Order: sequence, then C-alpha cells, then structure tokens
Amino acid sequence: MLTVEDLHHAYTPGQVVTSNISFEVKAGEFVSIVGPSGCGKTTLLKALSGLLDPTGGTIKFQGVPVRGVPDGLAMVFQEYGRSLLPWKTVNGNIDLPLRYQKLRADERRRRIDDSLQAVSLSGLGERYPWQLSGGMQQRVAIARALAYQPKLLLMDEPFASVDAQTRADLEDLVAQVRDRFDITIVLVTHDIDESVYLSDRVIVLSRPPSTVLAQVDIGLSRPRDQIKTKAMPQFVEKRSIIAGLIRRPTTA
Amino acid sequence: MADADRKGADLAATTARVVAGVLIFFLAAELVTRLEIVPPIYLPRASTVLYRMFELLQDPSFLRQVLATLQAWAVGLSLAIVVSAPLGVLIGTSEPTYKMVSPIIEFMRPIPSVALIPLGILLWGQGFSMKVILVAYATTWPILFNTVYGVHDVDPIAIQTARCFGLRPAAVLRSISLPSAAPFVFTGIRISASIGLIVVVGAELLASADSGIGSYILFVSSNGGQMDSVLAGAAIAGLVGVAINTILALIDHRLFGWRYLGSAPA
Amino acid sequence: MNPAPTTRTRQATGYALATAKSFATRFGLGIALVVLWQFAAMRAGSIFFPPPSEILHRAAELWLSGPPRRLFLGDGVFQDLLPSIARLLGGWLLAVLVGVPLGVLIGRSRMASDLLDPSLQFLRAVPGPALIPVFIILLGTESTMRVSLIAFGSVWPILLNTIDGTRAVDPLQLETARAFRLPRHARLWRIVLPAAMPKIFAGMRVSLALAVILMVVSELVASTNGIGYRIQNAQIMFLLTDMWCGIVLLALLGCALNWLFIQVEHRALAWHRGARGRGAVS
Repeated sequence: MLTVEDLHHAYTPGQVVTSNISFEVKAGEFVSIVGPSGCGKTTLLKALSGLLDPTGGTIKFQGVPVRGVPDGLAMVFQEYGRSLLPWKTVNGNIDLPLRYQKLRADERRRRIDDSLQAVSLSGLGERYPWQLSGGMQQRVAIARALAYQPKLLLMDEPFASVDAQTRADLEDLVAQVRDRFDITIVLVTHDIDESVYLSDRVIVLSRPPSTVLAQVDIGLSRPRDQIKTKAMPQFVEKRSIIAGLIRRPTTA
Repeated sequence: MADADRKGADLAATTARVVAGVLIFFLAAELVTRLEIVPPIYLPRASTVLYRMFELLQDPSFLRQVLATLQAWAVGLSLAIVVSAPLGVLIGTSEPTYKMVSPIIEFMRPIPSVALIPLGILLWGQGFSMKVILVAYATTWPILFNTVYGVHDVDPIAIQTARCFGLRPAAVLRSISLPSAAPFVFTGIRISASIGLIVVVGAELLASADSGIGSYILFVSSNGGQMDSVLAGAAIAGLVGVAINTILALIDHRLFGWRYLGSAPA
Repeated sequence: MNPAPTTRTRQATGYALATAKSFATRFGLGIALVVLWQFAAMRAGSIFFPPPSEILHRAAELWLSGPPRRLFLGDGVFQDLLPSIARLLGGWLLAVLVGVPLGVLIGRSRMASDLLDPSLQFLRAVPGPALIPVFIILLGTESTMRVSLIAFGSVWPILLNTIDGTRAVDPLQLETARAFRLPRHARLWRIVLPAAMPKIFAGMRVSLALAVILMVVSELVASTNGIGYRIQNAQIMFLLTDMWCGIVLLALLGCALNWLFIQVEHRALAWHRGARGRGAVS
C-alpha cells in the first residue's frame, strides 16, 4: 500500500532531519514508528500524508507517487483541541470533510452516526468539542477520520496529550477499529509499550539524521488485552529489543 | 552571541519592510493622483502634497499649531489618566460600588464626545481650556472602563492564592490586582490617545479655534485653491497620530511584553 | 395549621425584594444623579444646564408630538433622527462590506499584510475631522459626502482587525483542512472566516463607535439636517434645551446601537465564549 524509498528531508541546508529512510507498509498492516526525540517521526508522517514535500526520495501510495494529499488517506493529530473546529458541533466536525466527497446527505448522516457509534460517542453529536473531555475530543477526531473511510490512517502521537487511563481506552479503541474496518494504520509514537501493544511491526528510527535502525516484527496474537498481552514474555522481549535500539548511544 | 545577531537581523528586516511599505504607499498615491480622475485643483499629486508637507514642517508658525494641538491633547489626556485610573481602581475593587457604578459607565461609554463640542464652545469659548476639557472628558471613559474591568476581573485564583499566604487586602491589591490590571489600563490609555486626537482636531476645526492643526486646515480650506495645504495638514495630523501610536506601542511592549509571550504560534 | 401560605408569601416577598434590590443597584445611582441634577439646576438656574424636566418636556415636543398614525413620532424624528441613522448605517455597512473581504484577501498573504501595514497604520491615524474639508471640496455637502466620510473613517478598525484575525488562524486547523483535502474555497469560508470572526466582530464594534463620532462631526459642518445639525443649530441660536435634547438623543442612540450589536455578537460568537471557558465577551 505504501512504499517509501530513500526518503530524505532537510528543513534548511544544514538541518538534515531524516535521510535514507526506506520501508514498506502492506495493506491491512498496523505499523508503528518509534524513535528518540527529534528523530523526525512527525516529519516523516507529514511527508507520508503529502502535507510536506520531502527534499529527496519517493513515497508511493497505492503505487502512485505522492504529490499533495492523496485521496483515501486520513490523519489524526496529537493536539485534538486545535484540530477540531470550535465553532462546529461534533456532528459538524465529522461532516465537514464528507461534504466535499460528493456524498448524498443521508449517506453522510449514516457515516457520522456509524463512526460515533464506533468510538462509543453516540448521542453526543450536538455537543461542541470544548464541552467534552480530552479523551472524548480525540475520539471525535478518530471518528472524523473513520467517517472519511480512508484506506490508510496516519496517527501522529495521538495519545500523547491524554492521561494514562484514557490512553489505554483509546489504544483498545484503535485496535478494534482496525479489526472492524480493516484499515491500514501507521502510528507515530514515543511510547514503546504502545507501539508493541498495537502493531504488527515496529519501525525504529535512529537519532537525526535518522535512518531506519530496525524493523521489528511483533507477532503477538490478536485480539490483545491490556493486562494479559503486556504480561506475556514475547511482549517483554520485543519491548526490550526496541528500547535497547532507541537507547543506543550512536547511530552506528 | 547568536541572539544579538538575530535581534539585529530582525531590526534590519523590520526597517526594510517599513521603508518598502511606505514607498509602496507613496508610489500608489502618486500613480492614482496622476491619473487625474479628479482635476488636480481638487486632488493634487501626491508629490505636490509631500513637498508641501516638507515646507510646512519647516514653517515655525505651522509648527506652533502642531504644538498647540499636542499641548491640548497631552494635558487633557493626563488629566483623564490622573482622575480615571485611581477612580477606576476604587470602583473595581469594591464590589458594591462596582455593581452600582458599572451601569452608569456602560451608559456613558457609547456617547460620542464630539456631540459636546457645541456645548463646550458655549461654555468655554474657542481656546485652550475648551479643548482640554473636551479631550479630558472624551479620554476619561476608555481609561475608566478598562481600569474598572481590569481590576475587577483579575483571576480569582491568583487572589485566593495570595490570601492563602496571608496577604491583607491592600497587599493583594498592590502585588496581584494592580500588576494584573496594568496592561489593560495601558490599553485604555492607547485607545484614549487616538480618541483624544480625534476630539482635539475636531474641536479645533469645528470651533474655528484660535490655534491647532484643525484650525489651520479650516483656514486653508476656506481660502480656496490650497488643496495641497489642506491635504498636507491632514497628512501631518496623521503622522502625529502614527508617532503617538508607535511610541505607546513600544512602551506597551517594553512594560508588558510578558503579555504577548505564549500566545498562539506565530 | 397550614404552613404553606406563609412560606409562599415569604418567598414572594423575598423575590420582590430581590428584584427591587437589583433594580436599585442597577439604576439607583443613575436616577440619583438625575435627581441631583434636577435640584442643582433649579437652584442655580444656569442656562447652560437646564433641569432634566425641561429637557424631557422639550424632547417630547420635538419627537413625540406627532399624530397617532405615525406612532406619535414628531417631525424631529423624520427630519433629523432617521436621516442621521440612515447615513450612519449606510457608511458603516459600506465599511464592513469593503473592509472584511479586503482584510481577508490581504491577511491571507503574509507578505502583502506586512508591506501594506505602514500605509494602513498611517491612514487609520488620520483624524476623521481633519478630512472633512477634503471631503467637502471633493464631494460637496450632500449625503454622499457624509456617507463617504463615515465609511472612509470607520473602515480602518475593521480592515486591520480582519487582517489580524485572518493571519492568526491556527495553522493546525488549516493543516487539518489540507489533510482532508478540503477545496480552497472551503478552507476560506469554513475555516479562515469563522476563526477570524471574534477579531472581526471586535473591529466592527470599534468601527461602529467611530462611525457615530464621524456622523456627528460631519453633521456639525455645513449640513441641513441630522442630529448633529440640530445640536449645532441650537448652539448658534442659543437654544440650550434643544442642544441638550440632541445630546441625550445621541447618548440613547449610541447605547441602543451598542446593545443591538452585543445581542448579535452574543449569538454569533457563543462558541467562542464556550471554547475560551469564560462567561463574558471581552
């Protein structure tokens, strides 16, 4: 579904953030990208989404080179508070991207209701985002992405700004959503536990100028459980491998 | 240090932008006036007006007019500050007084002070005192309003914290409420400053006052055929306004720069 | 032995007292001042400050002496008040219709707004009255001149605030719009404009106050009707009571416009107050 070759990006000539990043994402996979602070995870995600034009390398989405934001892709940002529009209700926020997709009104209505139900927020459609808690707001952002029915969902540290309990709930939500809608997901996170818990494969980036240090296959069975899965020896093993890679003093 | 270099570069960039902006304005004005959509006796070329401005700024009698305007403006504004700021603090800190007085302020606030110019002429003639009193009246309201609400709407958590530490009301006022309210008071002063200029020039023009930029503009416009002087006078009044606004903005950022940090990302 | 009626009467009295108390706090000082003025004026007998009773009487003569079919409105309303309001609103609306689109256009481009800023700051700083002779010479003494002056003078707060508001749109909101492939016109109407609304409204409010000032000032010079004209005329003819009537009318007009504006703003920006977590609009 997604092919990245030799991706290279420098914000200014002296500031190379990522260089020589290559990897593939197959349809239906759940891939996480982790790495130390400043390693360009967000830059990478923005390049994948077409929001950023990288200074070098190619990105292909469904075989077509990415130029601008392609069709069939949705994004969930970390700062839900600023990404949701405060002057629109929850329904209005989810509806907005759908209005320009040439859908009939009843189809849009159906998608909004379905997506709210998928994130367990049915009935809150007429509230305003700022009337909801942080976790709920992020659910709305996820619902907005789901209603859009993308093939690929990109998530940029989506749970970094919520408390630990909410984070656990949202992680499970994303896992369910993936199973139910069969979307491909690429998740950027700094939380190693989260990456192992959710993904099929974890891509580890090095310090800037970052390259792909390793791609770790997780291979844990699904469905996963916050308590049981995290107690399994394979979980602990994969976790240590990744943590060890990130904490290495040099990029090799 | 890289910081000083960056500040120097910022200053240079800003100056370049301002200069470019001024040039663009002048060139556009020159172009429009050369098109002669209106005959040049009515709307002379921008270059002519600019030339006249230079002449006026070197003419001592004109400069005396500018000074007269500024004097009336400054005295009126100072009176307003000296009266309204303390009064505003008193009103803002006493809850019962606040409840009683704020409806009055809300009512008086939208009254256009220029409506009082005719009354002012009858009461105080056409001279300095009339201008000062009118400016003082007009500039009192924004300052009073901003001070009252600035003091009254201080973050209650800050006040509660201070009380927890045992500060008595006077100390709370001095260390929490006043510093909190100060930026708003200053904003009130900035608003008042421009209103004051409008009122003083308006009073001079309408009252055929004995001095001031407004009376100069009236004089040259009634003598016919001196549009370049009329426009030059208005333009210089504008420059005075720009100078006042800029100086006040600089002081605002100097004293209350902390207010502008941590706002939405640039 | 039924306690209910006593409690109910006590509740009713309590409620009445509370309403009376709130009325007293709101209007008490105002009424007291007017009464004070009445007594002071009657004792001092200064022609410059006629007692409120005289002013009210004259005001009724001027404005409420008409036939019932015209809602009792007198000639003064039709000759002066309505033309003034028409010019005021005409000029202000013109300023809004020009200022907002232009402001959005300029604000979208960082370079344009930076380069135009000095010009706009200068034009905004020119005191409206200083331009009256210019406008009279160029446009005569009819309503066109006044409406143009009002529009020209009051466009600046709207224009500058719109530019400000447009520039300050949260980049993340625009990025979200791009991520969901919203077309350009949608980004403008559904993101930029709503996001800039609070600042635009603030500009419109300042502008309205400025428009009132300019309306009065333009009518104090070479006019044949309008509230300002009435005040000026009264001054020349030394009719102090008439002058005060005009002043009071302007005060009421200013309050009414302000109140109307706040009602509209309250509804339009309800989301903004909620999002910022405060009750009052700044």
